[in-house]
Amino acid sequence: MYKIIFNRPIAYKVKHMRVKAPFVAWKRKPGNFVIVISEENGERIPLTIVDSNPNDGTIDLIYQEVGTSTYRMGRKKEGEDIYRIVGPLGKPTHIEKFGTVVAIGGGVGIAPLFPIAKGMMEAGNRVVTILGARTKKLIILEKEMRDISDDLRVWTDDGSYGKKGLVTHALQELIEEGLRPDLVIAIGPTIMMKFVAKMTKENGIKTLVSLNPIMVDGTGMCGACRVIVGGKVKFACVDGPEFDGHLVDYDNLILRLKAYREYERESLERFARFYPQLRSYIFGGEK
Amino acid sequence: MKKSAIHFPEDLKNKLRGRWNEEWRKENRKKMNVKERMSLERTPMLENEPMERIKGFFEVNKGYTPEMALSEARRCMDCPNPTCVLGCPVSIDIPTFIKKIEIGDFLGAVKVIKETNSLPAVCGRVCPQEDQCEGNCIYTKMGKKPVAIGNLERFVADYERTQGAVEVPEIKIKKNKKIAIVGAGPAGLTAAGELAKMGYKVKIFEALHKPGGVLVYGIPEFRLPKAILEKEIDYMKKMGVEIITDFVIGKTATIDELRKEGYEAFFIGSGAGAPWFLGLPGEELNGVYSANEYLTRVNLMKAFKFPEFDTPIPRGKRVAVIGGGNTAMDSVRTAKRLGAEHAMILYRRSRVEMPARIEEAKHAEEEGIEFKFLTNPKRFIGDEDGWVKQVECIRMKLGEPDASGRRRPIPIPGSEHLIDVDIVIIAIGTKPNPLIPNTTPGLELEKWGEIKVNWDTMKTSIPDVFAGGDIARGGATVILAMGDGRKAAHEIDKYLSGE
Ligand SMILES: Cc1cc2nc3c(=O)[nH]c(=O)nc-3n(C[C@H](O)[C@H](O)[C@H](O)COP(=O)(O)OP(=O)(O)OC[C@H]3O[C@@H](n4cnc5c(N)ncnc54)[C@H](O)[C@@H]3O)c2cc1C
Ligand code: FES
Repeated sequence: MYKIIFNRPIAYKVKHMRVKAPFVAWKRKPGNFVIVISEENGERIPLTIVDSNPNDGTIDLIYQEVGTSTYRMGRKKEGEDIYRIVGPLGKPTHIEKFGTVVAIGGGVGIAPLFPIAKGMMEAGNRVVTILGARTKKLIILEKEMRDISDDLRVWTDDGSYGKKGLVTHALQELIEEGLRPDLVIAIGPTIMMKFVAKMTKENGIKTLVSLNPIMVDGTGMCGACRVIVGGKVKFACVDGPEFDGHLVDYDNLILRLKAYREYERESLERFARFYPQLRSYIFGGEK
Repeated sequence: MKKSAIHFPEDLKNKLRGRWNEEWRKENRKKMNVKERMSLERTPMLENEPMERIKGFFEVNKGYTPEMALSEARRCMDCPNPTCVLGCPVSIDIPTFIKKIEIGDFLGAVKVIKETNSLPAVCGRVCPQEDQCEGNCIYTKMGKKPVAIGNLERFVADYERTQGAVEVPEIKIKKNKKIAIVGAGPAGLTAAGELAKMGYKVKIFEALHKPGGVLVYGIPEFRLPKAILEKEIDYMKKMGVEIITDFVIGKTATIDELRKEGYEAFFIGSGAGAPWFLGLPGEELNGVYSANEYLTRVNLMKAFKFPEFDTPIPRGKRVAVIGGGNTAMDSVRTAKRLGAEHAMILYRRSRVEMPARIEEAKHAEEEGIEFKFLTNPKRFIGDEDGWVKQVECIRMKLGEPDASGRRRPIPIPGSEHLIDVDIVIIAIGTKPNPLIPNTTPGLELEKWGEIKVNWDTMKTSIPDVFAGGDIARGGATVILAMGDGRKAAHEIDKYLSGE
C-alpha cells in the first residue's frame, strides 16, 4: 500500500498526485515511469514519474481522467492508499548537453515532458518550450515549465490562450525565426508526435518521442507494449518508452491504442453506475 | 543436453533399501501378492464433465477419495529397485509414500514427499509424470498403465491441507545473515523455504504484485487453483520468509545495491519470462497476443471476471493458438472457457511430438479443442481497423529427426490456406528476461541468455550469486525449478558457513 500525500486537480480532468513510494523515489531518473494499480481489482497502468523527492520518499504523478483506472485514482483522497506501485521502469532519458533543445508538450503529455526538459536545462542546454492543447483549460504546468525554459510559447487549437494553432505551427514559426534546434523532444497525443516527427525529419532535426502503448507488466514479459521502430518490433516498456521519432510507426500505435475501446466504455459505464454522483463529471463534458 | 537434477548417489540407494527392509513394509507386502496387485486396474481421476467445465474456470480434476487412493496404492508392487524414484527430478521416496497410503497413514505419506518436495499439491497437479516417475514405473515398462503416482501425491497433499494438518517447522537456530532471493516462482520460493528452515533471514524480491511466478500468472485456475498456491505461500511466510512484491531487481535496485545493504548471498530465480514472437508479417495486429500476455490478463489480472475486474480480455469466437506445449494448451482451453466457438491449436509437427503433458492434451480434446497438426502460420491478415481476421498457413510434412530428436517439419509448397480467426495466441516458448544480466556486471550467460551455472552447486560466475529454475535452464518444469532452488539453498548454506 502506498500512501497518498495529496491528489488535486490542476486542469480540467487532470490531477496531480503525490504518493509515498520510497523504493521508486530513490532510484528514479527523468524518463522513468511506474506501473500503478489503484485498487485490488484494478488494471496495471503506466504513468510517467513527473518528479520525486528521495528524502521524503515521494513521487509525483500527473494523470488525465479518461478511463476506469484513472477515475478510480481521481476519487482518492489524501491519506488513502494506492494498491500497488512498481518502478522505476523504462530506460531513463539520455541527457547531455546537446545545445538547443526544443521541448514540445501536447495536453497531458506536458507532464512527462517536464522532468526531461528540466534535466536538459540542468545539463546546460538552452531549452525552448512549446506547450499545446485543445483549449486553455488543458494547459498544465505552465509556470513550472516557464521556470526551466529559456523561451516558452503556448498555442491552443481554439486560440483561447496563446496563439491559435497546432504545435507544429509553433515549431514552424521557430524554424522560420531562424532557430536551429539540436534536438526536439515531443510528447503528447500520438498523432501530434507523428506530425512533429514528420516536420523535423524534413528539416533534419534529431527527434525523441515518448510512446504510451498499452502495458501490462512493464518489465518485458508480455509484449502488450510492442511498437514498430525502424521496421523492428520493440517493447516500449524496456526498450523505451523513448524512441527516435523518425523511425516510429505511428499509425500502428494509433491502431493498437484502440484495441480495447469497447471494453473501456463498458468498464466506465459500470464504474459510473457505482458512483452515480460522478456520472455527470465523467460523461458531462467540459463546462 | 542440460544436466537434470537426477543423480543417484549411493546414500539414496541405501535410504531406499533401508526403508524397504523395515518391518511394516515387509508385513504390508505380504498382504497381497504381486499377481493380485497386477490384476488391479488403474483408478481413474474424478473429473468434472467437459461440457460443464468449459463454462467456468473451476478445477477440472476432482481428486481421489481415500478409498480410491487406497486401491490405487495397492497396485504398487513395492519394487526392491524402484526405478520410478530415478525418474523423479527430486528423488522422492515414492514407494515409501505410496505404501504409507496403503496402510492408511496419509499424513506420514506427505511427510515422506516433503523430505524433498516442498510443493506437493502443486507438483501432483502439474508435473509431467509420464516423462518422469510414471514413465519409469515398472508397469509402463510392461506396457501397462503406470501407478498413478501424481494423483496419489496430489491426494495426500490435499488431505493434509484440508485436514488443517500442515505443520510449520519450528526454527531452532537463528542465523544472523541476510539472503536475497530474486523472483517468487517455484525456484525462488523453494530456495527461500529451505533457507528459512535453516534459520537465515530471507527476503524474496518479486517484480509482480503477487508471488507465485508462472504458477500465478501462467497456469490457469482450472488446472491449479490459486487458493492452493496461496496456502503454500502462507506456509512460507509462517516460516519467516519475507516477500517484497512490486520490486524489480535491475530496476528498483540491482544486486550490487542489495549487497551494499548487507545481503550476503543471492539466489536468482527470475524465470524465463520474455515471450518469443514468430517474426511474421501482421504480428503487430490487434488480437495477436503472446501467451504470456493472454494468460497474465486472465489469471493474474482476473480478466475472466471483467468488468468486475478492470482488465479486459477479448472474448474471441475463433481463436488460433500457435504451439503444442502446456502453454498452448492452457491458452486454448482458456479461450474455450471465454466462449470461443472454435478454439484451435495450430502445431507444425504431429500429435506425438507435442511437448504438452498428456493429460492436458486429453482434457483439451474432450473439451472440443480443434487440433490442426502439421500446420504452420506464414502471416497474419488484418481488417481495416487493424484487427486480425485471418492466418495464412502452410501444411507441413515430417522429415528427418533434428537436434531435438523430433522429426523436422518441412513445408509443402503450394499448400497455403487461410483460417478465419479473431484472436491469435502465440505460444512458442519464452526466453530469459535480460533485465538482471544487463544490470549485474560479471554475470556470465549461455547462448540464449540463460544464466550460466555450475550444475553441481548452482553457482554463477559471481561467488555470492546462485541461480536456478528457468533462468538457468530456459523453459523447463516446476519440479526442476524447485529442485534447483533446494540444491542452491544447501550450497548457499555451505558458502555462508565458510565450507
Ligand atoms: C502457461 C505455462 C504452463 C506451464 N505448465 C507447466 C506444467 O504443467 N508443468 C510443469 O512442470 N511446468 C509447466 N510450465 C513451466 C513452469 O511453470 C516453469 O518451468 C517454472 O515455473 C519455472 O520456475 P521459476 O521459479 O524458475 O520461474 P517462474 O515461475 O517464471 O518465476 C519467476 C519469478 O521471478 C519474477 N521475476 C522475474 N524477473 C524479476 C526481476 N528482475 N526482479 C524480481 N522478480 C523477477 C517473476 O515475476 C516471477 O514471479 C508452464 C509454463 C507456462 C508459462
Ligand atoms: S508491458 Fe509487458 S512487455 Fe512491456
